[in-house]
Amino acid sequence: MFYSISLYVALVIFIIGLVYKVSSWFFLKISVESKGASTRFFTALKGIVSAIYSVRILTLLKVFFLDVIIQRKILQEDLLRWLAHVLIYWAFMLLLIMHALDSLITSTIFPNYTPTINPFMFLRDLFGFLVIVGLCLAIYRRFILKAPRLKTNVMDHYTILLLAVIMLSGVFLEAAKTGSYSIYTDMVEEYAGIYDAEEMRPLTALWVENFGVVSADVQGPFEDELLEEGRELHEMSCAACHSRPHWAFMGNSVAYSVRGIATALDNAGIHTLLWYIHFLACFIGLAYLPFSKFFHIFTSPLSILANSVMNRDDSEAVNIETRQALEFDACTHCGQCTSRCSVGIVFEQFKNINILPSEKIQSLKKVASKKDMDREEFLHILDGAYLCTNCRRCTDVCPAGINLEDLWFNMKEGMFKSGYPEFSLLSPLSYYRGLMRDTISEQDYKKPLTQARKAITEGYDLIKDDSKVISISAHDNEFKDESLSSQASTFKDCFGCQTCTNVCPVVANYENPKEKLGLLPHQIMYSLGLGIKELTLGSNMLWDCVTCYQCQESCPQGVKVTEVLFELKNLAVDNASETNA
Amino acid sequence: MKFALFLGCNIPARVKQYEMSSRAVFEKLNIDIVDIDEFNCCGYPLRNMNYTSSLLSAARNMALAEKEGLDLVALCMCGFGMFKEAEHRFKEGTALKEGINTILAKEGLEYTGKAEIKHILSVLYHDIGLDAIKEKVVREYKDIKIATHYGCHALRPSDVVAFDDPVNPGLFDKLVEVTGAKSICWQSRLDCCGAPLFGINDELSMDLTRKKIINARQSGADYLCDSCTYCHMQFDTVQQMIIDSGHDGSHALPAILYTQLLGLSLGIDGETLGLGYNRLDISKIEGFF
Repeated sequence: MFYSISLYVALVIFIIGLVYKVSSWFFLKISVESKGASTRFFTALKGIVSAIYSVRILTLLKVFFLDVIIQRKILQEDLLRWLAHVLIYWAFMLLLIMHALDSLITSTIFPNYTPTINPFMFLRDLFGFLVIVGLCLAIYRRFILKAPRLKTNVMDHYTILLLAVIMLSGVFLEAAKTGSYSIYTDMVEEYAGIYDAEEMRPLTALWVENFGVVSADVQGPFEDELLEEGRELHEMSCAACHSRPHWAFMGNSVAYSVRGIATALDNAGIHTLLWYIHFLACFIGLAYLPFSKFFHIFTSPLSILANSVMNRDDSEAVNIETRQALEFDACTHCGQCTSRCSVGIVFEQFKNINILPSEKIQSLKKVASKKDMDREEFLHILDGAYLCTNCRRCTDVCPAGINLEDLWFNMKEGMFKSGYPEFSLLSPLSYYRGLMRDTISEQDYKKPLTQARKAITEGYDLIKDDSKVISISAHDNEFKDESLSSQASTFKDCFGCQTCTNVCPVVANYENPKEKLGLLPHQIMYSLGLGIKELTLGSNMLWDCVTCYQCQESCPQGVKVTEVLFELKNLAVDNASETNA
Repeated sequence: MKFALFLGCNIPARVKQYEMSSRAVFEKLNIDIVDIDEFNCCGYPLRNMNYTSSLLSAARNMALAEKEGLDLVALCMCGFGMFKEAEHRFKEGTALKEGINTILAKEGLEYTGKAEIKHILSVLYHDIGLDAIKEKVVREYKDIKIATHYGCHALRPSDVVAFDDPVNPGLFDKLVEVTGAKSICWQSRLDCCGAPLFGINDELSMDLTRKKIINARQSGADYLCDSCTYCHMQFDTVQQMIIDSGHDGSHALPAILYTQLLGLSLGIDGETLGLGYNRLDISKIEGFF
């Protein structure tokens, strides 16, 4: 009774959760021009139908087999992870179908099915064993191997823990039932119609001898005649449903090792307790599924299939947005992307978790859900997210088929609209953005760049006013001897020949270079010599330097002009980041 | 001869043809190439923001090559320049190197500087040599004029990269001429392609690119030849963007990677060399044989 009620409650919660999550894919706003939820729903439906009723169905079938069933993406990257996952995945699915849904599926297909007859009994233990092996591999990978930058969160712990509880409680339950004298007597009463302990003694002897039952009164060694009598009774009333328990090798091993205390355990009703733990764990898992990592069972295949037939150029923008909302839920936090990230190592320097793709996607999900976020957190995410060379490796290896490259780009462009400055835009990390400029409006393209420049030159007023007279006596002594590296401090050797400015291709590009650049290279060297930090850090020359090293190569005094400019860039970023925080 | 091939971030995503043609050329010249999957970004794009992080990125790659007991060959000149910079900086002082090695130690890596850093052109010129290449050339170009583009980061700063004479370099021209092509004299040959500013100041970046293309064309070039990922993206993809945006397309000059140019004369077919991946059509180059 309680079992049925809790099952239905769990199912209802599961369905409500499912509906809530699926509808969020049509409500979540990611792109700039978001369409309404019903538009998104019907356009998605159209897209799905047109994909199925076209030659693309072949792609879908192939991808379903190779990437959803076989998990080829993981296999190509890491054998250990593939083993861990398919063992858990395939074996659990088989357990679900054959064991959990036995009353619906197995007994319909095999009319003589009982859980205690072979092959079902053996298979149940086999599948359970495989899941446990997979779990051990997963635990080994996450907690013992300790790959660098692999992050394990609460949801990862929950997933492993829940599966472990279900599997282990199942094994122990099996063991408890095997040894239980009370269950044995109940069954004999029901199926053999024998109520008297003396009368059932031969059967009890056989069951103690061969079927693992532990009885305080009936203990071996037994005479052959007694066992023979028991065997006859067994054939009549029990054999049709019971194979020898050693086929349930896990439960049987545990039952054997606890046989000493089996009677005590039986009297304490341990099998009832274990039964409750076992099915309640399953029902809790079921109810919580749409909100947990287990949701990937549905979302990851959807993401894999959708991405196999969609692309940036041909697919409807509306569908891409819906797909990206789905993709947030399709991430399993497996860490494959992070392990292959080209800038992963930089995390060790910046310690911004959002550099790592597997963490970035969680943060961006938060941003997309428009959860109230303060400026600091928002910028922290944007900073980490922009530290990306767009090498595509994360996208290539994602086993959930998520098009991370496009997700990153769309989310970042959306975040730029906030108006918060992102300094990393002023680096070659923006090359990819330049290549993508035709996909966004000119205004949207230029705005973040202008903002970044403005923010980074903020506060350096001296350079903005040409008419101001600079007082040399009030120079900034501290800066003169500051942290400039041995390379950058070579500015002290400058003797004012202006060769650097004259070979600079950027200077040569303009009719009025001073107007565009603020300071010319030689003027930056002079300013440093005079200790006027303000002037140098506020000039556009820093960010328009093309780093061709002509200045440095041509300098007769060996001033490392380009290095100086690099160092000033770094200083400007550090200063601006401090003020920004 | 065995090397660890460093592709960097842009090639696998955007310039597949550079990888394809390099592998084909290496194979033809009997050079063993080892792929190290764990390679990360060379660090070059990070220099504007944080010098140490760019050194750390470079060092990890060099440490990975060192672990395999291999020298590293880079295809991109910006990457090459970054590695040489890191190598130079680490030779200078211990504090920086120690700090970085502490981080690398967590992954079982160590940088000691044993792995040599080379660019593909230096390998071809110094390690293989013009004579050995000449022997393998099966068809020579006739009457083709190539504007050879050296790029910046392999040439300068010369005390760090030690690639070629910074004022009047010649190794790339000689490599081009070993295929029978003529490497022309052109005024802008050592100028910057503009790539480092693309995405930051597109007008300035594309102005620099256009100047080079116009000068090369005016000097009589049929093709522009480069051997750097960023330069090639600039002269190919970005040049196409310049043409598409309505700028005068009459000066359009297709750019070919050196490995593609050499590959064709070594008898490798255009498909293997990824000629089709270039935005500006270079298929007609086979007519110059």
